[in-house]
Amino acid sequence: MMDQGARDKTASGQEVSREDELNEARRAFMRNIAAASVISLGGGLTLFTVGGSQAQAKKPEEPLDPKKRWGMLIDTTKCSDGCQKCVDACKQENGWEAEPHSPHDVQWIRKVNVKDPATGFMMSLPVMCQHCANPPCVDVCPTGASMQRADGIVRVNMHICIGCRYCMMACPYKARSFVHEDIPEEKKRFHAPMGKGCVTSCDFCAHRVDAGKIPACAEACPEGAMLFGDLNDPNSALSKRLKGIPSYQIREDLGTDTGIRYTRLP
Amino acid sequence: MRALGKYVAAALVTGVLGVGAMPAATMAGEIGPKVPIDKSKGSCVLPGKEMRRVHMDILKHRRDLTMYQGIRGGKQALEACLTCHMVKDEKTGKPVTVASPKHFCRVCHDFAAVQPDCWTCHKSVPEAAVREAMIGPDGKMKASMMAQLRAFVQREHGGRK
Amino acid sequence: MKKHFHYEYLQSKVGYYTALGGMGVLALIGLAAAYYMEHHGHAVTGMTNEIVWGMPHVFAVFLIIAASGILNVASIGTVFGKTPYKPLGRLSAVMAAAVLAGGLMILVLDLGRPDRLVVAMTKYNFRSIFAWNIYLYNGFFAVVLLYLYTQMSQDFRVRRYYTAAGTLAFLWRLILTTGTGSIFGWLVARQPYDLAIFAPMFIALSFSFGLAIFILLMVALMKGDERPLGHGLVNRMGRLLGVFVAAAAYFTVVWWLTDLYAAEHRPMVGYLFFSGNIYSWLYWLGFMALGTIAPLFLVFSRSARTSFKPVVTASILTVLGGISLVYFVIIGGQSYPLVLFPGKQVSSTYNDGMFYSYAPSLPEILLGLGGMAVAVAIVLVASKTLRILPTTLADAAVDPHLATGEVAEMKKAA
Ligand code: HEC
Ligand code: HEC
Ligand code: HEC
Repeated sequence: MMDQGARDKTASGQEVSREDELNEARRAFMRNIAAASVISLGGGLTLFTVGGSQAQAKKPEEPLDPKKRWGMLIDTTKCSDGCQKCVDACKQENGWEAEPHSPHDVQWIRKVNVKDPATGFMMSLPVMCQHCANPPCVDVCPTGASMQRADGIVRVNMHICIGCRYCMMACPYKARSFVHEDIPEEKKRFHAPMGKGCVTSCDFCAHRVDAGKIPACAEACPEGAMLFGDLNDPNSALSKRLKGIPSYQIREDLGTDTGIRYTRLP
Repeated sequence: MRALGKYVAAALVTGVLGVGAMPAATMAGEIGPKVPIDKSKGSCVLPGKEMRRVHMDILKHRRDLTMYQGIRGGKQALEACLTCHMVKDEKTGKPVTVASPKHFCRVCHDFAAVQPDCWTCHKSVPEAAVREAMIGPDGKMKASMMAQLRAFVQREHGGRK
Repeated sequence: MKKHFHYEYLQSKVGYYTALGGMGVLALIGLAAAYYMEHHGHAVTGMTNEIVWGMPHVFAVFLIIAASGILNVASIGTVFGKTPYKPLGRLSAVMAAAVLAGGLMILVLDLGRPDRLVVAMTKYNFRSIFAWNIYLYNGFFAVVLLYLYTQMSQDFRVRRYYTAAGTLAFLWRLILTTGTGSIFGWLVARQPYDLAIFAPMFIALSFSFGLAIFILLMVALMKGDERPLGHGLVNRMGRLLGVFVAAAAYFTVVWWLTDLYAAEHRPMVGYLFFSGNIYSWLYWLGFMALGTIAPLFLVFSRSARTSFKPVVTASILTVLGGISLVYFVIIGGQSYPLVLFPGKQVSSTYNDGMFYSYAPSLPEILLGLGGMAVAVAIVLVASKTLRILPTTLADAAVDPHLATGEVAEMKKAA
């Protein structure tokens, strides 16, 4: 269900007519890129998958649609322990690096391994900003820098972030990072600015979503286990799928109403 | 005694105004260093004279549009400014970063002693320029680049479908 | 019976300038430390993405809590009409503002972007308790200045509003500490916080921290300037400190008892309070034994009636115990990991499920001490330039009842 086919739909879930698409050879090539997720061209330059660009949910110059609420269903049954593809794709797309176990480095997404001590059951799942409908980080921010866009994406407006880190205290998911050091020019990515003294976190690849693409992690997942779409549109692939199966939120008890749902939680 | 006070005050006021007038003129963009301009890529958001005066407001307005409305692309995008206004290093031929005083945004700023903090976060050379080299004006990838990528995918992923 | 007190500038010269110089040096070192942290980024501090608030916040929160407590001394005279506290009103108001300024200075200089302070002052998110606190802090300065003005004005038409201003100041400080406590109490995500009791607990703590700091600075100023200071007065303040210290400890006990009752929070209480780690020691030895029980014995001891030493020692211990507790609350509270999957074992490359460690760095501590020094320096300068320190605090001058009490005590002791 959520294999390559899911990617042929626009982010808002409408089928793209096949006729409109480029020739078959190119499509095959796109798939390959999606599998590779990122193509290094040497010299530190990277080229990103062009695959999503056909799926125009929103044109770049249009304002975002407040009727939408972006969300994602992560099929944790397909998510394997050792796989880090979504994390690697995010690192590439958004230009962060993190030493394993470093408490200083920026982390937008991580894989968490969970074990039930009573039964020995184990599973692995990606955790990032959960794009809550009731985000505690937005409530606590004194300046309003921690913000929720009209389409549900939660992010930091770093232009008015004073670096107080109260949002990091408030986030139940450890999704936010503080930039502890200057980021050198060559490590910066144009579409994910971040810098010393401000807080940063997963923004659902807002720059991609605004141009009608899907987030880099979803595009990179080799199992197609991350289905991105509009939670408010009953016809989106995401909504249809969510209607058919049970899905769960991390710390649902907190009432944050996360935009990220999982098909199974430990 | 009082008369003396008046003279002193008058002198002070003139002095302050005189000093103040210098940066004010710079702000208005009347005096200022010569900026490298490449007109080959098209015209600016506004005529050059106005840009000198209002570019910061355009940027701030645009930045809010992007943050709150998700509006992207077009001439007002920061990346577009930097693409049109890219300054290449004479020796290496690569675009210069803000580390160099030749960077478009630094030429006047150094002169006017303003230091906007943008570059702690924003990359000062466009990445689009890089992409442009690979993707043609029709939005499709250039044939040469396509071949290169295909070879790469083949090599790295053994033709995985 | 209306009494008139005389207030005079500090007379001491050598002592004053030595103390002020010392504080100035400390403050400059603090500023240099802040610059160092800002320049290199917070990577040079012990603070991380896990312990996001560190030593600067310990000092800042301690001082902010204490500031509102210091103002109580004035309120006890104005609002509650206790005669012996009346001559202390001016010093109390000035000191409260000074200590708040010191605390805020630390907080602001620790920001990731202190250069954007103007953003913090112009853009507000009214859902944020932090934003409300910014108003409460600024309002505190305004209210305290107003209160001070009604106390010091020569104009009887202004002085008429003395009680009204005092009452306003008292209410304001209660709200302010409620706000400070709620910064932690409303953090739903973190198990060690997330309790409404944080607001009243912080109020109780403010009473004890504030009075302790006030006693210390008052004794230092009066003795340093060789002005009479009555044993009866200090003894009375000491006993009040005892009550406050006990009340504060009571709230902390209710805190962990409440969490202990909820099975969900039991592992957290076990970790923080009973595991024998540094935080348990800070709570039991630092706060409970040294910061609560020892002061209680000291202030109610017999020798406290005839000597300043027990009360002064108790105040010092209260301050140290208080800093231990704030460290325990802020650092200890953060060192307990966020619980994403209750009851499950988690592991990741981002230290999920681990207890987070923190080592305070020198610049952070220097910044904190710098803020304290600024507070003391403001009090010193204000005492030198304003008439806020009474010429005498001898028992007979303050309240005849105290004096007779003292004589009786002395007779008994002899
Ligand atoms: C399509 C290419 C293009 C884009 C995009 C563009 N500019 Fe320009 N810019 C120009 C040209 C050409 C001139 C010279 C115009 C003239 O002299 O009338 C110019 C002039 C300027 C000047 C005045 C320089 C001077 O001293 O005369 C400033 C400042 C400036 N641009 C800033 C910006 C900013 C900021 C942006 C992004 C919001 C931007 N430009 C986007 C092409 C561009
Ligand atoms: C023609 C000279 C010139 C060029 C070229 C120029 N600037 Fe400016 N810029 C100025 C001057 C002068 C000021 C100060 C205006 C003031 O203080 O009111 C300024 C101010 C700013 C500010 C506001 C700074 C503040 O502290 O509020 C920003 C942001 C800014 N420039 C961004 C840019 C960017 C980005 C570029 C490169 C695309 C650029 N400028 C290129 C002259 C220039
Ligand atoms: C603390 C980091 C930070 C600083 C400092 C910063 N920005 Fe940004 N800026 C961002 C982020 C994050 C975005 C959102 C990028 C995105 O969504 O693609 C952004 C977006 C923008 C955009 C919209 C991007 C576009 O497509 O046009 C503009 C314009 C902009 N910033 C201007 C500025 C200017 C001018 C300054 C300096 C005065 C500045 N920024 C300083 C982080 C920063």
